[in-house]
Amino acid sequence: MRTTALILAVGMLLAACGDTTEVQDTTTTNATSVTTTGDPATTVVDLPETLTIISHDSFAGGVTDETFATFTDETGIEVEVLPAGDAGSMTNQAILTRDNPVADVLFGIDDSFLSRAFDADIFVPYASPLLDDVPERLQIDDEQRVTPIDFGDVCINYDVSAYADTAPPLNIEQLAQPEYASDLVVESPATSSPGLAFLLATIATFGEDGWKDYWTALVDNGVNIVSDWDTAYYQEFSHWGGDDPLVVSYASSPPAEVIFADPPVDEAPTGVVDETCYRQIEFAGILAGSEHTEAAGLLIDFMLGPTFQETIPLTWFVFPANETVTLPQEFIDHTVIPASPISLEPGLVEDNRERWIEEWSELVLGS
Amino acid sequence: MNTRAGRVALAIVPVGFIGYFFVYPVTRILILSIADGFGDVLTSASTRSVLWFTLWQAAASTLLTFVVAMPLTAVLSHFSFRGRSLVRALVTVPFVLPTVVVGSAFVALGLSNSIWGILAAHVFFNVAVVVRTVGGVWSRLDRGVVEAARSLGASPLIAFLRTTLPILGPSIAAALSIVFLFTFTSFGVVLILGGLTYRTIEVEIYQKATTFLDLGAAGALAILQLVGVVAILWAYGRYQRTRSVGLELAPEDRVLRPARSTTERVTLWSVVGGTLALLATPLLVLVTRSFRGGLGGWAFLTNPGRLAITPGEAITNSLVFALVGAVIATIVGLIAASLISRGSTVVASTFDMVLMLPLGTSAVTIGFGFLVALDEPVDLRGSVLLVPLAHALVAVPFVVRSTLPTLRAIRADLREAAAVLGASPRQVFRHVDLAIVARAAMVGAGFAAAVSLGEFGATSFIVRPNSVTIPTLIFRLLGRPGAVTFTAAMALSVILMLLTTALILSIDRLRAGELGEF
Repeated sequence: MRTTALILAVGMLLAACGDTTEVQDTTTTNATSVTTTGDPATTVVDLPETLTIISHDSFAGGVTDETFATFTDETGIEVEVLPAGDAGSMTNQAILTRDNPVADVLFGIDDSFLSRAFDADIFVPYASPLLDDVPERLQIDDEQRVTPIDFGDVCINYDVSAYADTAPPLNIEQLAQPEYASDLVVESPATSSPGLAFLLATIATFGEDGWKDYWTALVDNGVNIVSDWDTAYYQEFSHWGGDDPLVVSYASSPPAEVIFADPPVDEAPTGVVDETCYRQIEFAGILAGSEHTEAAGLLIDFMLGPTFQETIPLTWFVFPANETVTLPQEFIDHTVIPASPISLEPGLVEDNRERWIEEWSELVLGS
Repeated sequence: MNTRAGRVALAIVPVGFIGYFFVYPVTRILILSIADGFGDVLTSASTRSVLWFTLWQAAASTLLTFVVAMPLTAVLSHFSFRGRSLVRALVTVPFVLPTVVVGSAFVALGLSNSIWGILAAHVFFNVAVVVRTVGGVWSRLDRGVVEAARSLGASPLIAFLRTTLPILGPSIAAALSIVFLFTFTSFGVVLILGGLTYRTIEVEIYQKATTFLDLGAAGALAILQLVGVVAILWAYGRYQRTRSVGLELAPEDRVLRPARSTTERVTLWSVVGGTLALLATPLLVLVTRSFRGGLGGWAFLTNPGRLAITPGEAITNSLVFALVGAVIATIVGLIAASLISRGSTVVASTFDMVLMLPLGTSAVTIGFGFLVALDEPVDLRGSVLLVPLAHALVAVPFVVRSTLPTLRAIRADLREAAAVLGASPRQVFRHVDLAIVARAAMVGAGFAAAVSLGEFGATSFIVRPNSVTIPTLIFRLLGRPGAVTFTAAMALSVILMLLTTALILSIDRLRAGELGEF
């Protein structure tokens, strides 16, 4: 049974690589050797005992014995996850170790760090057959060096009880209007990933010429700026006892409020302003120095497959890239996946991030 | 000849440790990162303002810490009272708590985005350095000198200025240079409480390396910071040496006495109460917040449900790492201190300084250094051993500081007698040095364990197997949505606080009657 699945999987991989591809025989010791009758030639694939994923802390923090159990059952390969700090730190670590990588697969790089990783040439291309189930708009690399696994939206969240009599804002422009004076708390883009996403959303909305005027208006309107997400959400947001009924958070925050509510609630106490959402896509890529690139392809297939994709929303509070997967009820009832989220060209972000953050700091923090 | 060879053999342990796990990785990463050139980072206006801020906030923090800590140090050095060791332990707890944990408490007190928040947090973390370093000498200072001055007609103030202060001087200078070192390289506090308005060099290094992926600039700044750290440690080393010369100290129980008059009692309890209230406020914030919305957070710790987080495992990991890290640090630190105590040469003091360097080196530099350097001959990068090794790196200085004064106090003739009687250098070390220094070494080990429990610097930049410690788990819980996970993070902080307090209390029990620089 296990062998059948394995042969199937290897077959799929071969098919995906195209008819002419010969899978190389690696010289790994302690490896399981599997013979498969591919077409046109018979090839031998050596499968390692363990595959290693390098990822950011928040992914690693959600991994349990169950996460990759099905993969291990099907292939006999154990999966180990190495946490490597935040997304930026992880990317730099992968670049620093490109000649002798610590892992086979990198997971969790988002679009804003992609071009730097591409410049350093750390990935080998891989096209998973399961990409057919992934919407085109998530597949942003034409050379298929990385595979989209999930996406998350950073959106303005509002405290439902604070807008019982008045309406919450509808878009980013309205945040600078007098009826929302002193209502908004945002994270600094210099120290916080959702904070950066919100800055990028304003740049995408108002353009290189207009975003500074907008932020000047926000400051005049009494925007509250804090260093990180948990300060903004748990201390300044009015739902959590603060003074600000609007906060930069995630599209998944309202379902999280329902799932973790104690005592249980029927309606989410917070909501998402869907026209303010900025999209971040997270990718997996096979590291160029890995000795197990074929097996790593199987792992990418697994991460795009239904078993893994179904665990994504309730474990990491982001959305699965595979659109055939059913979302948990709380995600259907209490949030939205915006039809046209805000986004920027990845290369544009990479080229300008430092300058934008510095200009923002000068303008908003006066330093 | 024989002794010399023996000493060289012993030296392999600490020299090899600091060489392979610190000097080599840091050199490798610095060379690698500045290979593309510094860019204009060192001459830019923004770097100048960061450097200026780093210096003046460190100076201000050091001064404030001194002002807050001295009254407590004074009363602890004069009066014996019930709960004295508990007070000493309690002021030490903040020192080993991770900044990510305490930072959020200061934010809750309304101190975010303000220079006052940063200064307050620096005082909070460093009061212990002054209380323990200066108090260690003052509470054993034979009062005969002061009494002599008084009987010769000096007023209390003049007696203090002419007798006590000159003797305490070097230890005050040593404490201040350590506080300056810690605040000069401050990271977590400034990142959380400063937003981007206030940036130290350390924050700037982190920013360049992880947000902008600009290693050249990060490397240049890391070198700049290292130069500052070496200067501070050089000053520290000087005071350290003057201090250890010709000091006759009396046992604590002969120096301390109960507060007798009402004035003395009022002074004692208002100083103790005032300082503790100041230090306890942020900690109480953590405790009360762990109970927000009932016992949900605490229940979550025992039953984390479908989230892949097992607080029990994190606590076990932390304790195991603390134990292993403390053992490594104690072995390395003890041998190092023994060697330093015997050489008064430039070599010994330089080596002492190099051992202190990890305390002032940015966590990103060490973490990334491990990554590029430790893949050969044995690939240690993904090894679970790397975590306690990194902890030991920052804990070794504490072992050295705890044991060095005792080792220096061992009379040379004891060793010579042993050698004359035919003991090999190893036997001399075992039967003379080790026998005398055992208690001080236990104190050092305890400190090493406490430092390891709260360590959240280099470890957060090490690619490591998924072995979560208490501080890393707290940090991860804080980043997750949901009421329960937030209170659970607070509850876990309280557990860390209690573990640390217990550890420090037992150290202080051992310390009674011992010398120690920290």
